[in-house]
Amino acid sequence: MNTKAANSGSGQTQSGRPARRSLADWMPKIVMAPTMIITLVCIYGYMIWTAVLSFTGSRMLPSYNFVGFEQYERLFNNDRWIVALTNLGVFGGLFIAICLFLGVTLAVFLDQKIRAEGAIRTIYLYPMAISFIVTGTAWKWLLNPTNGLEKMMVDFGFVNFKFDWLINPDMVVYCLVIAAVWQASGFVMALFLAGLRGVDGDLIKAAHLDGASTFTTYRRIILPSLKPVFFSALVILSHIAIKSFDLVAALTNGGPGYSSDLPANFMYTYTFTRSQIGLGSASAMVMLGCVLAILVPYLYSELRGERHA
Amino acid sequence: MKKIAFGLTTVALSLAAATAQAGEVEVLHWWTSGGEAAAINVLKEEMVGAGHTWKDFAVAGGGGESAMTVLKSRAISGNPPSAAQIKGPTIQEWGDLGFLTNLNDVAVAGEWDVILPQVVSDVMKYDGNYVAAPVNVHRVNWMWANPEVFRKSGASIPTTWDQFIVEAKKIKAAGFTPLAHGGQAWQDATLFEAIALSKGSQFYSSAFIGMSDKALRSQDMVDVFDTFKQMREFVDPGFSGRDWNIATSMVINGDAAMQIMGDWAKGEFTAAGKKAGVDYVCYPAPGTSGAFTFNIDSLAMFKVSGAEKQAAQKDLARLILEPKFQETFNLNKGSIPTRLNMPRDQFDSCAHASMDAFLASSTTGSLVPSMAHGMAVNSMVQGAIFDVVTNFFNDESMTSQEAVDKLARAVKASM
Repeated sequence: MNTKAANSGSGQTQSGRPARRSLADWMPKIVMAPTMIITLVCIYGYMIWTAVLSFTGSRMLPSYNFVGFEQYERLFNNDRWIVALTNLGVFGGLFIAICLFLGVTLAVFLDQKIRAEGAIRTIYLYPMAISFIVTGTAWKWLLNPTNGLEKMMVDFGFVNFKFDWLINPDMVVYCLVIAAVWQASGFVMALFLAGLRGVDGDLIKAAHLDGASTFTTYRRIILPSLKPVFFSALVILSHIAIKSFDLVAALTNGGPGYSSDLPANFMYTYTFTRSQIGLGSASAMVMLGCVLAILVPYLYSELRGERHA
Repeated sequence: MKKIAFGLTTVALSLAAATAQAGEVEVLHWWTSGGEAAAINVLKEEMVGAGHTWKDFAVAGGGGESAMTVLKSRAISGNPPSAAQIKGPTIQEWGDLGFLTNLNDVAVAGEWDVILPQVVSDVMKYDGNYVAAPVNVHRVNWMWANPEVFRKSGASIPTTWDQFIVEAKKIKAAGFTPLAHGGQAWQDATLFEAIALSKGSQFYSSAFIGMSDKALRSQDMVDVFDTFKQMREFVDPGFSGRDWNIATSMVINGDAAMQIMGDWAKGEFTAAGKKAGVDYVCYPAPGTSGAFTFNIDSLAMFKVSGAEKQAAQKDLARLILEPKFQETFNLNKGSIPTRLNMPRDQFDSCAHASMDAFLASSTTGSLVPSMAHGMAVNSMVQGAIFDVVTNFFNDESMTSQEAVDKLARAVKASM
């Protein structure tokens, strides 16, 4: 926005002729147009196409024999889909909650003007620079009972130590949570740290003068003023959770059985390996619905806020 | 590495120059690992020798998933390759869509009906016409064993599943892993189908080819699930998600006693410098000695335009079934030729056993397609069976009766 204003401003002072001005006005739009068209076609166009396919009986190749809501019916009668959706609930809920908690805690501790803050910040933020594939593979080794943590503890002499979540169908989803939290909580910390640095110092001094303890200051004044940061973190984390695919692919490959499947893995399996494009599209639409359910209220509150300001 | 680079360059070139050359075949496949790439190179050389141009279209990865995705987009855009590595019932799916060409004249000239067992030629036909050429036969119901581990634990090679359980307990007591296994859906299914086959090929066929509700819900099927669940205690705790070749290396290194796996496992033993009959032994999976579950790779031929292209395609189909290619390809790949009665002195003892069983079972009706490797049912039904089987293997609370119920319902729902 700023660039655009500066451009048209300079156009005015340099020539003042209307033709030049209108070209300068149009320039950003012309430059943006290809990106805009690509976005419209490749993102929104294909989204609509997927929606159309989800109402067809497409199998190996897309076809257009419409079957109404049959694919959605089949989807919700499918055990594996229910497992994937439940996993998303457990994984998403825990992942977001733990990341937010750890992120805020770390940020508050780092905010205490400690020594070597820069180094510590980098260490905590570093996992975010790694792809989920690497995270998944590394945690697969760490959590594997025959060569990871369990073996190390047994070798140390704790013979009865047992940590086999990775191969336990009831617990494996928590392995996903561990790996994902390890990766993303540093990022949440960075977000909150930036927010904390933006809080007006006078406000804090005033609170201290009024006799508020550090804890109360954080709880009653500083953290409530970070509501926008909280929302941004929530939106970013929830879309990471919903689109998670690579983490599962690398860490568990959906196993044991299909107990650690997430909706994205379900979609891929059915669309591309089991020749059920219709069913896969239906599952993709449900995922889109989940994303929208989070994004729409967020955008609504954001846009309303802008109008008021 | 060089070969992959070469393959990539050819793909890039073929994309750049869309104009067709005379007598050219474009072959989409995912034979990209060392031995496989060498094997398919034989066909390339023969085609070049016959005066044609070979356009290699190798798409690596994902057990052919990526290749299939590429093939679908090429077919939709109206520009399919001459031939593509497609197997089993998927050939029928492509046939249904009307993409495949008719190879009957090549088949009649080459007497394919005579040199191929009928179960094999049935897979290659759509609507009674040949549309694909088989390149090799893998036997899936093999058991690979390390005799050293058996000697150390005082056990003997089991020939039935009941005996397997007895011997496996001895091996476990001696401190070895009785069964090397990887917890991936297709490996679970490979083990499961070997157990199912021990109930007789009649039962196997009606359950996994006919998909008869009666067979799927029978007492035999409950027994199969019971035995299958018992295998769970003979694998090591780290089996989850393990690749098949890592499991094979457990047998090679003497950590584990046995593995139920197709004959591609032989490649791992050979690569580790082990000798068949000395360092490792191959037996049919317990209770299945007379039977043969096959996994056949084939090249399906697509409708292409241009007389020269079509002539080259026919030549390709003809060369695939020639004894020379069948022998060299399969020596490289570890499988056996699809042609019956081939000279066999080049092959090793495991391959000989495979050939004998192939020939014998083709007359007794015990030659059956492998469900776990997509030869018996289409990908939808296969996926449904995989889900039940792998879930049952990992879920301690599910009973065999429940599994049988789930299996029958899942198969019905995906038909």
